[in-house]
Amino acid sequence: MNTSFSHLDALEAESIHIFREVMASFQRPVMLYSIGKDSSVLLHVLRKAFYPAPPPIPLLHVDTTWKFREMIAFRDRVAAAGDVRLLVHINEDGIRQGISPLVHGATVHTDVMKTAALKQALDKYRFDAAIGGARRDEEKARAKERVFSFRNAQHHWDPKRQRPELWSVYNTHIHSGESVRVFPLSNWTEMDIWRYIQRENIPVVPLYFACERPVVQREGSLIMVDDDRFVLRAGEKIEIRKVRFRTLGCYPLTGAVESSADTLDAVIDEMSQSRSSERQGRVIDHDPSASMERKKQEGYF
Amino acid sequence: MAAGDASTHSLLRFITCGSVDDGKSTLLGRLLYDVGTLADDQIEALRRDSRRQHQSDDVLDFSLLTDGLDAERQQGITIDVAYRYFHSARRSFIVADCPGHEQYTRNMATGASNTDLAVVLVDARKGLLTQTRRHTYICALLGIRKVVLAVNKMDLVDYSQAVYESIYADYRELASQLGIGAVYGLPVSALGGDNVSSPSIHMPWYAGSTLLDILETISVDPVQSADFRMPVQWVNRPDQNFRGFAGTICGGRIRAGDEVVVQPGTHQARVARIITATGEMPEAHAGQAVTLTLDREIDISRGDVIADAVRPAPEADQFAAHLLWMGDEALLPNRSYWLKIGTRTVNARVTSIKHKVDVNTQAALAAHRLALNEVGYCNIDLDHPVAFEAYATNHVLGGFILIDRHSHATVACGMLDFALHRATNVHWQHLDINKQARARNKGQRPRCVWFTGLSGAGKSTIANLLERHLNARGYHTYVLDGDNLRHGLNRDLGFTAEARVENVRRVAEVAHLMVDAGLIVLVCVISPFESEREFARGLFAEGEFMEVFVDTPLEECERRDAKGLYRKARAGEISNFTGIDSPYEVPSAPDVHLRTSGGSIESLVEVLAKRLIHDSDPTGAG
Repeated sequence: MNTSFSHLDALEAESIHIFREVMASFQRPVMLYSIGKDSSVLLHVLRKAFYPAPPPIPLLHVDTTWKFREMIAFRDRVAAAGDVRLLVHINEDGIRQGISPLVHGATVHTDVMKTAALKQALDKYRFDAAIGGARRDEEKARAKERVFSFRNAQHHWDPKRQRPELWSVYNTHIHSGESVRVFPLSNWTEMDIWRYIQRENIPVVPLYFACERPVVQREGSLIMVDDDRFVLRAGEKIEIRKVRFRTLGCYPLTGAVESSADTLDAVIDEMSQSRSSERQGRVIDHDPSASMERKKQEGYF
Repeated sequence: MAAGDASTHSLLRFITCGSVDDGKSTLLGRLLYDVGTLADDQIEALRRDSRRQHQSDDVLDFSLLTDGLDAERQQGITIDVAYRYFHSARRSFIVADCPGHEQYTRNMATGASNTDLAVVLVDARKGLLTQTRRHTYICALLGIRKVVLAVNKMDLVDYSQAVYESIYADYRELASQLGIGAVYGLPVSALGGDNVSSPSIHMPWYAGSTLLDILETISVDPVQSADFRMPVQWVNRPDQNFRGFAGTICGGRIRAGDEVVVQPGTHQARVARIITATGEMPEAHAGQAVTLTLDREIDISRGDVIADAVRPAPEADQFAAHLLWMGDEALLPNRSYWLKIGTRTVNARVTSIKHKVDVNTQAALAAHRLALNEVGYCNIDLDHPVAFEAYATNHVLGGFILIDRHSHATVACGMLDFALHRATNVHWQHLDINKQARARNKGQRPRCVWFTGLSGAGKSTIANLLERHLNARGYHTYVLDGDNLRHGLNRDLGFTAEARVENVRRVAEVAHLMVDAGLIVLVCVISPFESEREFARGLFAEGEFMEVFVDTPLEECERRDAKGLYRKARAGEISNFTGIDSPYEVPSAPDVHLRTSGGSIESLVEVLAKRLIHDSDPTGAG
């Protein structure tokens, strides 16, 4: 019928609808901004949803202090555009305890600097709806989650008591202290994200494109040495290799892939041939198979 | 990742239905594997999980791919919908992989609500089962009109054509009974991959398409009416010069200059501009999220529907509808729930359950309530009219959810059929003398004071004393006493939860009329449920309703037992007695909390009277 209305158009319209529903139904919504490609798409759709008004929903970046420097520079450029309000939250308790992914490992670092930090920020600003860029195709537990995902006052998710969610009619009623996490990109795939970035000409962090970077081989991953906090272990040596990243997080926990894809077209081309999944580079996911479900129950995004 | 340009081709959303043993997850896993969606590390993880589950190196258990929750893997069943995504050369797909067990029917409805097509699996050895019928019924109820019937495990019946043909014929018969017009059958073996994405070498007698072929080429027209409809989601007004109405179009198309009407209502305007972030558009169609501006100022807010002025949507406040109950607590007729349809939320009551439907046999059964996962055909009454369409022609304006006012849980989904005629034939008669005028003559501010508490808590005693106080000062009052009303107006009601809901509703409506007449009304009813007290509050203007919790501990009520009722309840002579074998929900935020054990009744009444008299003097002078 509407031959010009493509798959991407349908996904974009659905995401816009979700953003508007949040804005109309909640007192204090916020958008979690993690600087990655999904956040870039999310921000782009946020701007579209409320045009010609500037985005009425503020952005929150939970900064673990271990993000790639290029990510922080990119974030600051986004904030400088001036149409959005960007809040940055750091878990100061964690800083005082000197929590580091290099010393305490991925699990403790993530618990303290991401999950606990996020809860602190949500409580501090009393946000009742937190919008995130998670997609259902990323991981098995996420594949089960609703678009409007209810959280109790302790920010916990109960996968066995999810609200039924029919059509595009979302139940936005909550009691004081409770909140929802909202995922406008639930139905997008990684490929959709890149095609949309290409179609809409959306800026992303340059780390997604191949470039010669200093890396170290550690436990089967290629870890980029992004600053002098990185301490070499015995036998490790820094090599310069042409690499890029499929997902971005804390640099000591994010594995690079060797690649020559240094343009958007080349990245999409490489992805079409790819035989490995997106989150493979995430050290945090390599716990037991269902770890994401447990982290989510405790309040992880 | 598969080839094909995902940025331009179309999207198909489908649901898969079947039980554990039908091999549903295996079929889906096989499909994902065949189109190349599974990455090497996912296959490696699957191999690991399969080895752990089956203690064998040879099995690749595709069902482990889709069951994502710990509890699901432990029990070997699917509890909740899992969404899967894949692209083939010709199409993008969103699959809702749904649980088959009857206790998870609500989750299946969640999955079915957003899909255009169902893939129903049947085990070739077993033929149609009760659950095949139930799944097909739920799909039909949610408006799915096309089904692919995959007769699976053909390898276990020697690839017999006769077996397949017989099941296919049985299923076509079933589908047509349930109103599903199009059935595409095919024989498959999910385990061996026969007819999944490549033709089977074992079934040369089958000349039809593979499952993937069917999915790639089947045409599905989304259910949406031809006439323009857009529920307003959000009013966009960044400054005084711009006022736009944002929403997703759910029917027809719109051009700049078209005449539209704002519903419910009759205000008309012309569309001035159709705005998106990428520029102004001459025309927009169903499915698009846009912002409209109009050529004149009309009061429009979220929940209104902007519609074609020549062919507007019908409006009504009473409907017949199918309800699928999803709440853990049963539906109580006449209890007030929030109803959300499109972007509008109103108060609604189910006034009667005409019958309930056995989901397994579709037999109509008499029913007084609906429990979890039950389907009923009901009459529904709204407190405001809404613009709507029959669900069969428009899912957005015909589908709704019910939300519990107290727990905020989503307790039902409903599909509208048609408006009941009473709504269109009974009009609200306008009267010149209103509440303000009546109240002015009485020199008071009308109020409803709502006493709630256990039987014997002292509600009537306090109300009686309070009325004497007010009467002595010349105020116009009336006491609505629950017990007294049960001698007349509510003589037909008992004490079950359903009857209590209706009892409180009637009392609240009468109190509302009396406040409208300008009176100060003192209501004494146990009113054990928060939902009904909130319903009562909702009938009154801001500040007009005062909830007084008469808080006397159960032991104290039982010790007094002035009417001897507690003794009878304990002896089992009367049932459904509040506090004994029927619950009392303590008010979470009463306007006044009277602890009767703390002081004399007289001093409590004194406090209440002072507050009321101060508030009730229109001059506010006290």
